[in-house]
Amino acid sequence: MTLELIALSLTAPGTEDPLFAPLSLVVAPGEVVCVMGPSGIGKSSLLAHIGGHLSRSFTVQGEVRLDGQDVTALPAEKRGIGMLFQQAHLFPHLSVGDNLAFGLSPKLRGKSARRAAVCEALDQAGLSGMEDRDPATLSGGQRTRAALMRTLLAQPRAILIDEPFAALDTGLRAEIRSFVLDHIRARNIPALMVSHDESDAKAAARTVTLRR
Amino acid sequence: MRLAGAIVTLVIGAPVMIGAVLTIATAFGWQPGLGRVDLGFGGFVEGVGAPGILTSLRLTLVTGIGATVLSLAASIPLARWLVTRQSASRWMTPLLAVPHAALAIGLAFLIAPSGWASRLVSPWATGWALPPQIVTVGDPWGVSLILGLMLKEVPFLTLMTLVAAAQRPVSEQMAAGRALGYAPGRAWARIVWPQLYPALRLPVLIVLAFSLSVVDMALILGPSNPPTLAVRILRLYGAPDPAQAVPASALAVLLLAVMAGSAALWLAGEKAVARIGKAAIWQGHRGRSGKNWPAVALIGGGGALALGALGALILWSLASFWRFPDALPADLTLERWASADWAGPALTSLTLALASTALAMILAVLWLESEDRAGRRLPLGALIVLPLLLPQIGFLQGLTTGFLWLGLPPGALAVTWAELLFVFPYVMIALAGPWRALDRAQLASAASLGAGPWRRLVAVKLPMLLGPICAAAAIGVAVSVAQYLAVLLPGAGRVQALATEAVALASGADRRLAAILALMQAALPWAGFALALAIPAWWHRNRRGLRGGAL
Repeated sequence: MTLELIALSLTAPGTEDPLFAPLSLVVAPGEVVCVMGPSGIGKSSLLAHIGGHLSRSFTVQGEVRLDGQDVTALPAEKRGIGMLFQQAHLFPHLSVGDNLAFGLSPKLRGKSARRAAVCEALDQAGLSGMEDRDPATLSGGQRTRAALMRTLLAQPRAILIDEPFAALDTGLRAEIRSFVLDHIRARNIPALMVSHDESDAKAAARTVTLRR
Repeated sequence: MRLAGAIVTLVIGAPVMIGAVLTIATAFGWQPGLGRVDLGFGGFVEGVGAPGILTSLRLTLVTGIGATVLSLAASIPLARWLVTRQSASRWMTPLLAVPHAALAIGLAFLIAPSGWASRLVSPWATGWALPPQIVTVGDPWGVSLILGLMLKEVPFLTLMTLVAAAQRPVSEQMAAGRALGYAPGRAWARIVWPQLYPALRLPVLIVLAFSLSVVDMALILGPSNPPTLAVRILRLYGAPDPAQAVPASALAVLLLAVMAGSAALWLAGEKAVARIGKAAIWQGHRGRSGKNWPAVALIGGGGALALGALGALILWSLASFWRFPDALPADLTLERWASADWAGPALTSLTLALASTALAMILAVLWLESEDRAGRRLPLGALIVLPLLLPQIGFLQGLTTGFLWLGLPPGALAVTWAELLFVFPYVMIALAGPWRALDRAQLASAASLGAGPWRRLVAVKLPMLLGPICAAAAIGVAVSVAQYLAVLLPGAGRVQALATEAVALASGADRRLAAILALMQAALPWAGFALALAIPAWWHRNRRGLRGGAL
């Protein structure tokens, strides 16, 4: 699985110039690439476009390919591209276990098999026995790990990460970051991470900087 | 604070309680006004023993619960469509504002066997040279009534969903759901809507109570023999023999029990649906991507019915002669508008609306300002919505008797007070949100400049809230003009407003006059909403920070 961006550029509605110079990039399976650049350059818009969540009022040039296939015409839910946001967006009306079950791919069938998969994911995230917890009672780090597990259970073909560690304090940050990145590498899927933080960039395989 | 609480309790709570208690007392045979006090269950035996009562009960349950379930179901895809198109939701305002009776008359003129819809497709498509022998309006299953109720309730529930959605990160959660592979419809139904439902519970219960006890729409669109429970009760109250008030009140108590049972059933149903929803989440099916066809169909169908109803009213009001199956009247004339007496009822409705809305606005400001000064909420929230959750027919007749005892004879004053019971809750609900959301820092800065509580109210709060105040007043006018029972019963025939006149004429032979009265009944709230948009826009034309977003 490879994520390819080919001469990609975005133009915000009502403006003439693209947000950043055309970007070409190949992210190999298991590789984590960090995208950096000044505020307002369009890092989050770039991720939103790759994931299929960008407003249609943007003008887009270039291609996004996943495994050689252009995904730009596909709706977000058909792309198989997972997202990890700064706010974990665990759904507040569901328990932690329900949230993970929500992510779990429908390909895995059978009630007991699905229960077991959710339990195993909770164990891996260090959240054993927290299936019935209200997500609002989790700590920031626990929330990020639960959100990662929910994303991974959907068996994505690539992952986009939008500053997921920014809200964590420095001590925890390194620990959670290596937890997330290790899991992504273990799945052997490409990942693109947006960050302002130098230490995030160092943890990634390489860094791309967006310029005007 | 205490004063405000006492006034609201006295003006809103007391009449409802007096009306309900007197209705219940009458149900058990207590009619001291007629010199009859033979307490017992005779009224219940007589009421329940009447022929066709089971059909009436079934009709009430099917139309009331059916309209509520279908309206809520329809509001789910509609709200999803509108949540990303907020400006399009303004197109619901005319439907939200139109009185039930006016809409019902327009709908009847559209879908009746001899209605505009059948004329438009006859004879070229149907071969009908005469109105077909089919039943549409007044069908024995109550389908037309359900349709009419839905035209009013779907926009209301959709709007309530959008209001609740505005306070949540909807687009982020939809993106999170879609990134996990869920089609937008599934993501909305599984993630966003369940979070909004707690805010919808009270509006849904109000819709349920209203649908189970509606009278004006059921008189026009519902079956007549036997009719729904509420209509049956009204007929008994209107019977020449005043002793019929006993079985009427007994049936009103039965209707109250039916409503309480339905509400309990609904709340139990919520739990069952939540359990099914949770099981579905564990199955993880992603749903099918594609266009939001349900929303498109609902907008197309609802829009066609609403525009068709309006068109039928306008055409009938202008028709000199309209033979079936002509698609349009032979020629259009203003003659009927010139000769018919619509100005009298219109003036009555307008006066009642202005009076009850003004009183409701004063009460609401008194309430909210008292809360601000006391620094806490008045514990009377349930009292506000009580008149909306009880059957109108269940306390308005009792209230009319109660008014009489208190020295308030049937007439305009009694009607104004009765209307206030329904106008105030809606005005309060519309105003409370913006009032409490007012930026407290600006009030603090006014206070630091030496402005006392009165100056803060008059010079800062009220002007800044001009938009929401106008919107609340427009809603108040719309609610008042729509009142039917609140004019009919406490008016006792002495008050002729648009609602009572239009409903009385709806099933009669004079379609032209009925159309004129229905159009006027719709025009008053529409004018109110137009003014509510125009006044703040003009007043604040040079104040960008206060423009827009009022309605």
